[in-house]
Amino acid sequence: MGLAKRIIPCLDVDNGRVVKGVQFVDIRDAGDPVEVAKRYDEQGADEITFLDITATHHNRDTIVHVVEAVASQVFIPLTVGGGIRTIADIRRMLNAGADKVGINSAAVSNPEFVREATDKFGSQCIVVAIDAKCVSAEGAPKKWDIFTHGGRKPTGIDAIEWAKKMVDYGAGELLLTSMDRDGTKSGFDLELTRAVSDAVVVPVIASGGVGDLQDLTDGVKIGRADAVLAASIFHFGEHTVQEAKAHMASQGLEVRL
Amino acid sequence: MQKIAVIDYGMGNLRSVSKALESVAPNAEVIVSANLDQVLSADRVVFPGQGAIGACMAELNDLALTEVVKEVAATKPFFGICIGMQLLLTHSEENGGVDGLDIFSGNVQHFELPTAKDGSHLKVPHMGWNQVHQMQSHPLWADIDQDSRFYFVHSYYATADDAAVVAGTTAYPDAFASVLARENVFATQFHPEKSAHAGLQLLKNFVNWQP
Repeated sequence: MGLAKRIIPCLDVDNGRVVKGVQFVDIRDAGDPVEVAKRYDEQGADEITFLDITATHHNRDTIVHVVEAVASQVFIPLTVGGGIRTIADIRRMLNAGADKVGINSAAVSNPEFVREATDKFGSQCIVVAIDAKCVSAEGAPKKWDIFTHGGRKPTGIDAIEWAKKMVDYGAGELLLTSMDRDGTKSGFDLELTRAVSDAVVVPVIASGGVGDLQDLTDGVKIGRADAVLAASIFHFGEHTVQEAKAHMASQGLEVRL
Repeated sequence: MQKIAVIDYGMGNLRSVSKALESVAPNAEVIVSANLDQVLSADRVVFPGQGAIGACMAELNDLALTEVVKEVAATKPFFGICIGMQLLLTHSEENGGVDGLDIFSGNVQHFELPTAKDGSHLKVPHMGWNQVHQMQSHPLWADIDQDSRFYFVHSYYATADDAAVVAGTTAYPDAFASVLARENVFATQFHPEKSAHAGLQLLKNFVNWQP
C-alpha cells in the first residue's frame, strides 16, 4: 500500500460561472463553482482544477472570488490555471485559497518566470501545463511539440525536452494535455504520457481525450501518469468519481476510496 | 470563547488552515497573526509552513517569532503542519543546511529518487494521498481509522532520533515519520486542512484536545 493515483475533475470557469455544462441531477445551480466543487468532493475527487477561461482582463477578479468561496467549504487541494502571468497573479490565487497554480503560455514566453515563481512560492505550488501535439510523420519515430493558444500556435519546442527543462526550472508537477486527443473521447495519448512521465522526476497529470473509465486506468497503467484529469465524463453524469476509482481499484491500482 | 492562533510568517496558504479550523470549531476565534502578543495569548497554536525551509526560518527570525514559537510549543496545545513540522526538528539538509528549532531531536532529508517495488521510479515531490499508520494511541487519532489517507506534498522527510515521538508513519516506499507527537505538541507532514474528512476530524480533535 502507498501513494494513491489521483483523479482530478477539471472545471472551466468563465466570468465566475462553471461552463461546458455540468449536469448533476440533484444540485440547484450547476453553474455555481461552489456547488459543483462540493459535489465532486463528496464523490471522492482527490483534487479539483479550475481553468479560468474568462476572456476579458477586467473580469478576471471573479476567479479570485470563486477560489475564496470554494476554499472556504471544500477541504481538498485546489489548482487554478488560465491567465497566470505574474508573481502578483500567483500570490492572489494562493492567498485566495488555491494550493497550486497552473502556468502555461507565460512559461513558454518567459521560462524564467517559472524559476522566479518556484523560488518565491516553492515548487509544490507551481504546476506547468504543457499542451503537446504529435508532429512526426506517419511511421516515423514519435515526436511531440508544444503548442500555445489552445493548440493553434506552434512553438517548435520539443515536448519532452520542454518538460525536462520546466522541472529543472522548479516545476513541482506537470499537467500534460494531448491537443490531438483533447475533446475526442478516444483516450489519452498514452505514448506521449509515458514518454514525459518517464523523462521527469515530478508527478505528471494526464489530460485530454478521456472517453470512458478504462481510459483513466490506462493513463496510469500504461501511460504511467501519477494523476488523471477529466472533465466531460464526470460533468455529464456518465460516471461519478467513485465509479472511476472503483474501476481503477479493480485493475489493481491504488486509489483513495 | 477559545482563541486559536495560526502563526503567519508569510509562508503559504493560511486561509485554508484558518477556514478548516473555523469549520470544525465554529465557536472559537481563529486568528491569523504574526503579532507576538496575539500568539502568546492564544489558547492553542497552529504552526503551518510551505515552500523552502531556509526562507521560512529567515522569516521567523525577521519577525522575531523564533522564541515565541519555542515558548508556545512548550506551553500550549500546538499543531505543526508540513514545513511547520520540519522546522521542529534539529536540522534540515534543505537549502544547504538549515538549523531548526530542535523541539524534536532529528533531521530532515531529501527523498533520493525512490524506486517502487515494480522497478518504476517514484516521483518527487511525494504528492497526493498516502496512508498514515498510527504508531501509538493518541487523543488526536480519535475517530480516525488506522491507515487513513491524508494529503501530502513534500520533497523532504523527517527522521526522529527518539522512536517514541513518532505517532504516525507513511511508506514512500520506506516508512518515514509523517507524524510527531510529544506532550502538548502534535505535528504532521501532511496537510490536514486539505485532507477532506480525515483531516477535518484531526483538526477537530486538536481543537478539543486537553493535553
